[in-house]
Amino acid sequence: MPVSWIMIILFALAVLGYVLGRRRALASAGGDMRNLHSLPSYYGSHVALFAVAPAVALLAIWLVVQPMVISSSVARSFPDGAISEGSSLSLVMSDVKRVADGLNVAVERGALSAEEAGSVSAGATNIRERLGSVGVALGSDVDSSVLDAAQKYRAYASTGHLIMTLAVLGLALTGFIYGMAQMRAEFRARNIVEHAVKALLVFAASIAVLTTVGIIFSLIFNTIEFFKLYPARDFFFGLTWAPSFGGGSELGMLPLLWGTLYISLIALAVAVPIGLFAAIYLSEYASPKMRAIAKPLLEVLAGIPTIVYGLFALLTVGPLLVSIFGREGLNWMQAGTAVMTAGLVMGVMLIPFVSSLSDDIINAVPQTMRDGSLGLGATHSETVRQVVLPAALPGIVGAILLAASRAIGETMIVVLGAGAAARLSLNPFDAMTTVTAKIVSQLTGDADFASPEALVAFALGMTLFVITLGLNIIALFIVRKYREQYE
Amino acid sequence: MSDATSGGAVPAAGSRRHGSILQLDARTKKRNAKEARFRAYGLGAIIIGLVFLVTLLTAIVSNGVGAFQQTFIEVPVYLDPQKLDKTGNRDAAEMAKVSTFGYTPLIQQGLLDLVDREGIDAPFEKAGDMKALISASAAAKVRDYVLANPDALGETRGFELLASSRVDGYLKGRVTQESVERDRNISAEHLQLADALREIGAIRKGFNSEFIFGADASESRAEQAGIGVAILGSFFMMLVVLAFSLPIGVAASIYLEEFAPKNRLTDLIEVNISNLAAVPSIVFGILGLAVFIEFAHLPQSAPLVGGLVLTLMTLPTIIISTRASLKAVPPSIRDAALGIGASKMQSVFHHVLPLAAPGILTGTIIGLAQALGETAPLLLIGMVGYIATNYPDGISSGFLDPNSAMPAQIYEWAKRADPAYYERAWGGIIILLVFLLTMNIIAIILRRRFERRW
Amino acid sequence: MNDMTLLERGVQTDDIKISARNVEVFYGDTHAIKNVNVEIQDKTVTAFIGPSGCGKSTFLRCINRMNDTIDICRVKGDILLDGEDIYDPKVDPVQLRAKVGMVFQKPNPFPKSIYDNVAYGPKIHGLARNKAELDEIVERALRRGAIWDEVKDRLHSPGTGLSGGQQQRLCIARAVATEPEVLLMDEPCSALDPIATAQVEELIDELRQDYSVVIVTHSMQQAARVSQKTAFFHLGTLVEYGATDRIFTSPEDPRTESYITGRIG
Repeated sequence: MPVSWIMIILFALAVLGYVLGRRRALASAGGDMRNLHSLPSYYGSHVALFAVAPAVALLAIWLVVQPMVISSSVARSFPDGAISEGSSLSLVMSDVKRVADGLNVAVERGALSAEEAGSVSAGATNIRERLGSVGVALGSDVDSSVLDAAQKYRAYASTGHLIMTLAVLGLALTGFIYGMAQMRAEFRARNIVEHAVKALLVFAASIAVLTTVGIIFSLIFNTIEFFKLYPARDFFFGLTWAPSFGGGSELGMLPLLWGTLYISLIALAVAVPIGLFAAIYLSEYASPKMRAIAKPLLEVLAGIPTIVYGLFALLTVGPLLVSIFGREGLNWMQAGTAVMTAGLVMGVMLIPFVSSLSDDIINAVPQTMRDGSLGLGATHSETVRQVVLPAALPGIVGAILLAASRAIGETMIVVLGAGAAARLSLNPFDAMTTVTAKIVSQLTGDADFASPEALVAFALGMTLFVITLGLNIIALFIVRKYREQYE
Repeated sequence: MSDATSGGAVPAAGSRRHGSILQLDARTKKRNAKEARFRAYGLGAIIIGLVFLVTLLTAIVSNGVGAFQQTFIEVPVYLDPQKLDKTGNRDAAEMAKVSTFGYTPLIQQGLLDLVDREGIDAPFEKAGDMKALISASAAAKVRDYVLANPDALGETRGFELLASSRVDGYLKGRVTQESVERDRNISAEHLQLADALREIGAIRKGFNSEFIFGADASESRAEQAGIGVAILGSFFMMLVVLAFSLPIGVAASIYLEEFAPKNRLTDLIEVNISNLAAVPSIVFGILGLAVFIEFAHLPQSAPLVGGLVLTLMTLPTIIISTRASLKAVPPSIRDAALGIGASKMQSVFHHVLPLAAPGILTGTIIGLAQALGETAPLLLIGMVGYIATNYPDGISSGFLDPNSAMPAQIYEWAKRADPAYYERAWGGIIILLVFLLTMNIIAIILRRRFERRW
Repeated sequence: MNDMTLLERGVQTDDIKISARNVEVFYGDTHAIKNVNVEIQDKTVTAFIGPSGCGKSTFLRCINRMNDTIDICRVKGDILLDGEDIYDPKVDPVQLRAKVGMVFQKPNPFPKSIYDNVAYGPKIHGLARNKAELDEIVERALRRGAIWDEVKDRLHSPGTGLSGGQQQRLCIARAVATEPEVLLMDEPCSALDPIATAQVEELIDELRQDYSVVIVTHSMQQAARVSQKTAFFHLGTLVEYGATDRIFTSPEDPRTESYITGRIG
């Protein structure tokens, strides 16, 4: 029975449970709702909950665990000698799975009968050809040991599936009966149902944590894989980035890190003064009317997707810079894609980011502080520079750190605007590349997912994640401390 | 009366050192000048910011508006039955065997005949010379027409066909007679011919609905490429994002705002959410690649996977804004509900949540708009490089079959070598921004209409 | 009796320092001050008393044009300082405020060191040519603020680290460091405990020797203790103005009497 059918049965059971549970509870109260502890719908929901929730949980766990159990038991029964030179158990197992899946598809499309699929042997029929005829492509001819394993895999899977169907439906039925048995007028159905709802809320809240865990695990596991193939020391301290998909790559991170930091530095050099001065003007000088117009307009810059900035860098700013600094001008620049191009455009993107955050922070400085300074005969700008800004400094530093983390993690602008060559140079008009740009290029190429050239992207991702997370945590800590100071 | 600024000596306390307040002393003048300068810096910063905004928008509009216009050639084509239906019995299956290669020469001949008939002086004699003017997609269009109307065989019919991207670029000013000197696809003579054809009205520019509704095309057919399929891909992705992020985001916010005890776990979740909101989007792409595609074996390039990745990315935004709107509901409402004997759960779901709904909706729309424009994570789960040439067959294939998304499609075009695609990329941005603008305006209207001050 | 000792130290002069004529203040559409006429003497402590919202603080803030910082506030009428109209368009409020210092309700030391707090005013007004002179000004101001002995060993620790009373005396020292001629004090003791209040009050009485002090207070006892002249405000009008002893012993206006006896307020 396919999983979708099981789900439909469970759903039907839930509806039935709701109707019957409600009716039975009302009956036990002599048909008078006022004798019930909770509203009738809670009794119905209680039965539906007991029928479905444990069963769905079991189903979910089973679906995740079964393939792992079967894989490991098939792998254990695999003869040692069958794994050829240069291959590994995991590679062979993925072949096994592909063949097993292929057999399933073949049976589904009618190219093989169910018995044939179970009994077919490598010698008797050309499996590759027959599977190919239904659109399942296999890389190489199927080894007899692989085919045996695949068949074993299928047998286990179908047995497992049968047991699962029985277990899930059995559990659902048990829950249903248990729920029905509790339908008495004095039963506190509402409390149970509300507990269940609350559990659901907790689960939703913990998805954020699960996401973080997911990010960390997917980065760590693949980074470890990478360091098995490529020495960590060379990655962290290598000065050359020269991946070659044929092998023998040099994957030193430093040129990428330098490119990232250089571009971020230029971006901040643009965004921080402009954003900060704009924030000062908006919060200290602008009339309410001007503020109401200028602030949202500046924030439009933050709402524009980064792909737009990327295109702007590639097609507008790059050529413009080349016409000034290129061969016809000062001859500092070879092509439109350069650190300067990406940095300038990224700076524009970050202006509203810096200005909004600083604006909030400047507004949080108490008015008494300004009064104190103005009362001493300070001018407005003296007040801002010598009292307001020093008071707001921690918050502003936090805002700049957040902007820096944004800049370091930005992808589209550097992919389109910074160039592809990894180099360690001081000339801001040279093309350089960044950590994020290389994550994209290493994972969108045709590289085998298990090769160091692809896995290096995870190590880069890990580096990026650690740097931005560190910046964020420091920044949030500073900003929070700052807020507390004036609350 | 001593003047502190000129004298400088520290006067004894209480001595009258101040001059008349009606006269500005030199130091005050200097300080006021400094004040004016400081103010000017601030104003200057805002103006620079706004100039950037205007430049950006101007660049988008001026470069992209061309994509909504396309050059068409009106060609009378003789539908030669000898070539298109060799057996002569108008059998559809037989006629379908003639590929587009069979049609191309007829179209080119048709154009050449037109040139001769109109007495245009052009140095072309072979029908094949006309190739440079007509889009490679033209043959398919004529073939589709013939297969749908077999009776037309043997007649001469006028077709409005796409001009090649070079001719299109020439009419839009992107290609000039000088710039094609080293172009192998077209020559300056072709462009002169295009001018002549334009004078007689055979070549003209028209509104390009295919760009909005059509599918992507291969690298060499820029004139045919449209963003329609990618719009649909984005649409399916947004459905996924909405279906997951709204319920999960609202449930998580309700828990954190209304039920969560003040303890370590809650703190952990809160810190987590604020940090997730600042994790670079590309990292979510890595997560999607490793978990959804490599681990869970979900199909690559599918809007479902894209939607899931974007859900995880938008969730913090939605949680943060939902919590703010829940917080804005005054405690008196909760107390009132609890006071008449409602459970905590009932007070939240019956009273607080409906009151917070407009704010939640606004936050969700803004979160969706952010997700709609996001590109980087989509690159990693394979939504780029895929040429979205077909509309999905149905709902489930809309979610599961490989597709592109608007920003991914724009990126794809930006990377292609033919400058004709740049115009498409800018045009795509206009469409993307129109969507974003609409969503933001809806959010603003919702906020204005339902905003409640307590 | 504390107030008796304070009064004995009287340094009476009859110079008019500030004179207000027909002053009207509007906050948007609200008419906050109605036709106030008052003459404030030099080297005298003048107290503004009245129930909250009566406009006494608003009027005080007019005297050094602190109301300029509020967009919707408009002032009509004349306020003369030494015979010069402070609302004359030629007057720069910055220069005016150097002459008319202000101490606020809540102690508001800047988030800087004690030294920098006091040195701030002299620095912006260019009162010191070098570090030694600045040190001297700071020390003298802190002594005048009666806080020198408490802070002389920690001049470079933050001003926000002091106790409430010390902070307020620091703010007073900060205000006198710029050598003003008039000191405006907006309920300077409302955020302080009784001991700190007593210290600040004593300080105010000492300051009278050099400055014209105007103090807003909601405490009648305080007005009686520190001031020589008292002005009673009610609903934006100046009800009664005269020598403090007379106001408190034989008020002329029934409203003043009701307030002093605690029937309104």
